[in-house]
Amino acid sequence: MTASILNIEQISLAFGGVKALTDVSFSVKQGSVFSIIGPNGAGKTSMLNCISGRYRPNSGKIIFDGKDVTHLRPNDRADLGMGRTFQNLALFAHMSVLDNIMVGRHHLLKNNWLTGPLYWASGAQKEELAHRRKVEEVIDFLEISHIRKSIAGTLSYGLRKRVELARAMALNPKLILLDEPMAGMNLEEKEDMARYILDLNEEFGITVVMIEHDMGVVMDISHEVMVLDFGKKLISGLPEEVMADPYVKRAYLGLEEEADVKLEEVS
Amino acid sequence: MSSLTMRPCGDFRTSYKQDNTIFETKTIKNIAIITIALLCSAPYLVDAYYLTLFIQISYLGIAALGLNILVGYTGQISLGHGAFFGFGAFASAWMNISFGIPVVFCIPLAGFLTMGVGMVFGLPASRIKGLYLAIATLAAQFILEDFFARADWFSGGSAGSSADPINLFGFAFDTDESFFYIALFALVFMYIWGCNLMRSREGRAFIAVRDHYLSAEIMGIKLNKYRLLSFGVSSFYAGIGGALYAHYLGYVSAEGFTLFMSIQFLAMIIIGGLGSIKGTLMGVVFMVFLPEALEGGVGLMKMTEWGNIPMVVDGLAYIKEMAIGLVIILFLIFEPEGMAHRWGQIKNYWKFYPFSY
Ligand SMILES: Nc1ncnc2c1ncn2[C@@H]1O[C@H](COP(=O)(O)OP(=O)(O)OP(=O)(O)O)[C@@H](O)[C@H]1O
Ligand SMILES: [Mg+2]
Repeated sequence: MTASILNIEQISLAFGGVKALTDVSFSVKQGSVFSIIGPNGAGKTSMLNCISGRYRPNSGKIIFDGKDVTHLRPNDRADLGMGRTFQNLALFAHMSVLDNIMVGRHHLLKNNWLTGPLYWASGAQKEELAHRRKVEEVIDFLEISHIRKSIAGTLSYGLRKRVELARAMALNPKLILLDEPMAGMNLEEKEDMARYILDLNEEFGITVVMIEHDMGVVMDISHEVMVLDFGKKLISGLPEEVMADPYVKRAYLGLEEEADVKLEEVS
Repeated sequence: MSSLTMRPCGDFRTSYKQDNTIFETKTIKNIAIITIALLCSAPYLVDAYYLTLFIQISYLGIAALGLNILVGYTGQISLGHGAFFGFGAFASAWMNISFGIPVVFCIPLAGFLTMGVGMVFGLPASRIKGLYLAIATLAAQFILEDFFARADWFSGGSAGSSADPINLFGFAFDTDESFFYIALFALVFMYIWGCNLMRSREGRAFIAVRDHYLSAEIMGIKLNKYRLLSFGVSSFYAGIGGALYAHYLGYVSAEGFTLFMSIQFLAMIIIGGLGSIKGTLMGVVFMVFLPEALEGGVGLMKMTEWGNIPMVVDGLAYIKEMAIGLVIILFLIFEPEGMAHRWGQIKNYWKFYPFSY
């Protein structure tokens, strides 16, 4: 039994009358790839936002790496080793790719507003260069060295998603949250992205929590899958187990007959 | 904002250090060094009048650099920069007179003191943005103006305050020629300070907060800290600029540091280019030379036979005032990205000449 790095305990979140999440609990094992699936508006992004600290859940607890982080600000969670990417691109559009990724090193850098400007005298240069080396490793890993000097806002969609992943990886995270990392990509880009996710999980041992609509990818790379629907956890387990669920089959594979049974049971 | 960086071919980088320089190419670095060397000999070459213009450019330029860090790089707004500039001027003179601290130390200390004041007035920035923040900083402008007028112990009240010249090892920098070197040194120092700030941790954090504050926070950046710090750094620059101004003129009076001055600082960075260190200086040079050029134009007109008609002479004086406003509006319409952006385009045009299109 491996320990879990993330424990979600009975999270509920409402926006006015809209219940985005109701009593959702799950845990993510250290070193695993955990996928969250579900129809549009099911509350997947809201769940990720609760984990990363953008939303405060109305009730429930979030334990990350043995610490209760429910009330921590997002930046404090980054310090603890949590990185994430966004469903809608959220790069720093006017910065170069390199600087975007260097921002990921922010919490690891020590120079401040006085030592930074004294660059040569204060050791800020040395520090910057040391971290630049780390950043270059990430750049090599994700094969984006040809665009490292480009301005992020000018890149294609697929590349921007990759840069966002690079920026999150530069944090040195223990856990990385990916919100639809492959949305809007062509097949080749998807395959690349799936490979990067697998590699970062296997080579760097980073735990991955991922929201993805492409069932092929989800089945291929996840160790565990959870289905959210109308803010509730429907089922979670091994990918095969989840896929065997009649309701999931209907939603994702269009197997009408079996789903009808399930729906009757529900109603 | 720099668009694609274009380097001449054959200019290969072999280390990250070379890749991280302030100057894009060796040529640019050499040009900068030669320019500074030439400037060093300026007091022997040019008229004192031009020296005063340069000194103006440097103290205004230092303050404008600060404002650009706040507005251009961090995406906030301040209508109180003129007052912070004034605070630096009074603070430096006050520390020198009241505590006998040598002027050379008073200038950086005034920077730190103004930084503190700027951060107090910047406190609302952690909660409010845009127009609301603009109004809050406007309040800072008026509160400080009022303070200058009333706090006799600090500013000399309505009488103003005298400020001693900088004195180093018994040498007083009390002429245009000698102060020119102080101004040049301070400008170069603060310029490099700005360049280094923007290429290290805090500078990136400022830009991140501007470009996408939500993902900045997710990346571990404390939003409130950086919103406040950018007020601090910006006031630090304003304070140093103001202190230089005080010890150059030898006298500080409360009247100068009005809202109009704050708006002029904003005009400088908008014309020069928001989010550009280099552009800031272009904007300042432009704003310092514009009235001079217009004055020259009016002078020429006066020499023609038109100059005998009083109506024309009066009219020209008005037009001069209006022209400054007009130029700012034209810039906003036709060159919203500022002179730095245009400069980059012109440079690229020549790099690829005759294949530029
Ligand atoms: N900031 C917000 N304010 C109000 N309602 C919100 C907010 N964020 C999410 N919601 C609502 O919460 C519900 C869940 O939204 P969420 O974005 O989590 O869905 P999702 O599963 O990520 O959907 P998608 O697949 O479309 O990304 C939706 O009904 C949505 O309208
Ligand atoms: Mg979503």
